[in-house]
Amino acid sequence: MAEKPNPLATGKPVYVVDGCRTPFLRAAGKPGPLRASDLALQSGRALLYRQPFRAAEIDQVIIGCVMPGPDEANIARIVALRLGCGEQVPAWTVQRNCASGMQALDSAAQEIASGRSDLILAGGVEAMSHAPILFDESMVEWLSLIRTARGPVARLRAFSRFRPRFLKPVVGLLRGLTDPTTGLSMGQTAEILAHQFAISREHMDMFALRSHQRLAHACEQGYLDEIEPVYGVDGSYFDSDTGLRGDSSMEKLAKLRPVFDAPFGKVTAGNSAQVTDGAAWLLLASEDAVAKHDLQVLAQIKDSQWAGLDPGRMGLGPVYATAPIMQRNNLDSGDVDFWEINEAFAAQVQACLAAWQDEEFCRVSLGLEKPFSAIDEQSLNVDGGGVSIGHPVGASGVRIVLHLVKTLQRTGRQRGVAALCIGGGQGGAMLLDRME
Amino acid sequence: MSADFETQDLYTEVDEENIAWLHINKYDSGTNTLNASLLDAFYKEILEIARRNPRGLVILSDKENGFIAGADVHEFTHLQNRDHALAAIQRGQEVLDRLAALSFPTVALIHGFCLGGGLELALACRYRIARDDPATRLGLPEVLLGIHPGFGGTVRLTALAGALAAMDLMLTGRTLDARAAKRKRIVDHVVPERHLKTAARAMILDPPLKKRRHGFRSLSNQTWVRPTLAKLLYYQTGKKVRREHYPAPFALIELWEKHADDPRAMMHAEAESVADLIIGATAQNLIRVFLLQKQLKALGRRASTRPVHVHVIGAGIMGGDIAAWCALSGLHVTLQDQSPERLAPAVKRSVKLFERKLKRPRLIQEAMDRLTPDHRGIGVKRADVVIEAIFEEVEAKRSLFAELDPLMRKDAILATNTSSIPLCELSSILQDPGRLVGIHFFNPVAKMKLVEIVHDGSTTTDAIDKAIAFTRAIDRLPLPVSSTPGFLVNRILMPYLLEAVRLESEGVPPTDIDRQAVGFGMPMGPIELADAVGLDVCLHVAQILSGHFNVDVPKRLSDLVEQGRLGRKTGAGFYRYKKGKPEKARLPKTYHTNTENTDRMILILLNEVVSCLREKVVGTADHLDAGMIYGAGFAPFLGGPLKYIETVGADVLLQRLHNLEQQFGPRFKPDPGWEFVAGFGKNATPEKGA
Repeated sequence: MAEKPNPLATGKPVYVVDGCRTPFLRAAGKPGPLRASDLALQSGRALLYRQPFRAAEIDQVIIGCVMPGPDEANIARIVALRLGCGEQVPAWTVQRNCASGMQALDSAAQEIASGRSDLILAGGVEAMSHAPILFDESMVEWLSLIRTARGPVARLRAFSRFRPRFLKPVVGLLRGLTDPTTGLSMGQTAEILAHQFAISREHMDMFALRSHQRLAHACEQGYLDEIEPVYGVDGSYFDSDTGLRGDSSMEKLAKLRPVFDAPFGKVTAGNSAQVTDGAAWLLLASEDAVAKHDLQVLAQIKDSQWAGLDPGRMGLGPVYATAPIMQRNNLDSGDVDFWEINEAFAAQVQACLAAWQDEEFCRVSLGLEKPFSAIDEQSLNVDGGGVSIGHPVGASGVRIVLHLVKTLQRTGRQRGVAALCIGGGQGGAMLLDRME
Repeated sequence: MSADFETQDLYTEVDEENIAWLHINKYDSGTNTLNASLLDAFYKEILEIARRNPRGLVILSDKENGFIAGADVHEFTHLQNRDHALAAIQRGQEVLDRLAALSFPTVALIHGFCLGGGLELALACRYRIARDDPATRLGLPEVLLGIHPGFGGTVRLTALAGALAAMDLMLTGRTLDARAAKRKRIVDHVVPERHLKTAARAMILDPPLKKRRHGFRSLSNQTWVRPTLAKLLYYQTGKKVRREHYPAPFALIELWEKHADDPRAMMHAEAESVADLIIGATAQNLIRVFLLQKQLKALGRRASTRPVHVHVIGAGIMGGDIAAWCALSGLHVTLQDQSPERLAPAVKRSVKLFERKLKRPRLIQEAMDRLTPDHRGIGVKRADVVIEAIFEEVEAKRSLFAELDPLMRKDAILATNTSSIPLCELSSILQDPGRLVGIHFFNPVAKMKLVEIVHDGSTTTDAIDKAIAFTRAIDRLPLPVSSTPGFLVNRILMPYLLEAVRLESEGVPPTDIDRQAVGFGMPMGPIELADAVGLDVCLHVAQILSGHFNVDVPKRLSDLVEQGRLGRKTGAGFYRYKKGKPEKARLPKTYHTNTENTDRMILILLNEVVSCLREKVVGTADHLDAGMIYGAGFAPFLGGPLKYIETVGADVLLQRLHNLEQQFGPRFKPDPGWEFVAGFGKNATPEKGA
């Protein structure tokens, strides 16, 4: 499985030259202050203003987004126009569920590697709090019956077909977070992994607590300077992630009830990623664009990989996607300085860590002769992850790559891997090298 | 056949369906305005078309900016007497009556400006079709020039749209966009550009029946309704303006109340009424003010480039409002302050402004997208204009400028919104002091049209021109002033405010002081104005001026500031405020107003006006009048302070000033400049007088 060529190694080099994101805003049970396009616009605007080139000089805009709003079809084009890129800059939207943002980066990288583009604004955005409430299909059918009924008798008959249950709303977000082929909710896939790798509730809660502690520390130290504040029309503003619980503790986490497999499960709201709104951007450039605009290069995207697996165990996606990258590039865990594995669920990341060094798993599922060495948790999600920061599904893939680049720059270390699991049974991963 | 018809300002084409298309296209102007010669040509053309008896007539404009922007205001200034005026008005009525009497369908095809006489012409057509875009504006703004419609507009609009809608338009002078005009039944169809001619053709080939007016629209013109409705209109108008200052709106209501059921009589009375008004002092002064505004606008013509990006530093009330206004006007704006926390309130206020001005969500979003809160100051490097609007402290501004100077583009201008600091104190820190210019806005930015463009000896003409171009790009009126303390408006306003404060501390009730000033024609009394500006700000400016001029600051002002009574913003100043409204004590019936008090306030103001003219703070006497009207709200119907001196007579005023000096001391000492304005009005300017 490792013999496939890597266009990012054989093609033109792909450089990360800049990036930023909005604060991630925890959904508070009602639509958040900004729509997806507003989040993308406000952060993208700040990014473009600090570039030495004009917005119209960008070759393409690509955005990953799972559920754009009803007025946001091809949200990338909407945002590109609102950013002032002009009519002539093409823009397209990609969707690979939780990896939509990383898909945008990969698509952009492939375009640059192939020589088709030199400068691409690629990002991910999601306003999960704005997920629509839908009518049940029976309601839609009834409405059409009324519309087509001719004459008073037919119309009266049509009206009489109404049943109160037609009014039951369909919550778009819950549908989106349920695997349609297996019927399992995402949380249930995490429960399956917890069971398979014998991960205890306490273990998960410790992981969750550490995520919050690391985010709090990063905030204090000013490690999150990739955040651009956003402003609401009501005079509100946000300059940091609102999901952070500075007062979190093992006792508080222990009190939470399991939400997906009640009452005996282990996955709670506290050890899962938060439902969040947010946007993240990277500016990717070719060698030519770097020279033309005299851009500062932060990192190079060296490799990327997509993988498929059992939808019921989708949380192991990072393992399936990362393994071929490691093999192709002759790397073991110790060669990677920093890891960003998106925290959809604490249990899911912990399952990945376990599988990574499990001899039987690596042999049976990945076809490897021997497992990888253990990943040092001191190099994993060093400044928090989805559990504390939140996981606006379309944006997270960009956020982890962005923060990986920032961490490599801050520490002066060399190599990083970003990976995430994807609802529906897939995984995606990227290998990055810091550039001087 | 078109060749036979071709004249200079208009021509007609008849198409294969025998529809005549009358194009109006004034050859010597970029805008169609109605003047006597155009009316004559139009009349001849109508007679000729009537003779040919086509299937219908479409009237349209070849100008990009609109249909007809109204009467040629310059002609109003050449009217010799009432008879002359009456004849001109009746001629206009006759021409449009002929148009209205044509036996075939007539359509006015409207785009862009359709104002005053232009709309009256359109109203004389049987149908009106308007282009659906924001540039299309319809209205009868004559009242702003001290008159009311005179070419049958009062008759035709009240009949068409009903008295309430028609009177609202004519009394306020406000304009409507195409859709609003459709809602008020003023136009029959609103269509996009691509359907304009198709729609006109369709209306002529298959003319819709005249709709019967029903409901309140026709009811409102009934004989038995009018007296009551008129009372309401008088009352509402009286709340805004005084009849002795602005007679036109009252004359309009009277005209309608007396004659609305007899079109012929109303036509006749309309002409008589406008003839009375137009030769009156108010109309002549308002026309002068209108032309002064054109003068200031024309200053922007020299400018070569329109700015694209403005960077504003300081998100306080002034900075935030300047940024919002610029974004509203289509510029890209970055607004800088030290933290998101300071920027957020400015974002909120700008959203309020956009909602009020733009109404449609898509337009509001576009304006929002143009305004970027920028706590890192990334916009400095890109901006064409950088405007500083931080607090009034020389050192803070200087160190900011030292940071900005090397970051800014070489061709960008640096502007300060200071109201009191001389430019040279700030510009000396710059590599090139010539790039600094003052762009002084007044509060509230969205209402005050004047912007003082402050320059001194070292400011380059390039910087001044760019500042003026910027001011025009955001539809404000630029007034070049030299960098002397207080510039023009504050310097003249301050002695007047301080005199009012002095009257108050002598025991004159603030209500009475304000009432007298409003009676003179000021839009707001000086005490209320001081409270609105903020007493701390007043004190600050007064102290700066007192260092340079014959100004001493009443103790009462500093006392109030010490007590923390800073005016409206703190809920108490001279007045107490409830929900932002002053609580004005009623004066007892027996209260006797001393008119000498009005003299004290107005003469001290006029004395400063003369002083500014002598020192050449502004280029011309006209500029001074324009500055005081648009920057300080000086009674427009008086035509400006210098025009007022001319009207009353400089010698009379000087004598009164001498009397006040003897009675109240040296603050009323006449400025040497009165020598220049003696006999003012006979084209005397300082240059010529000296």
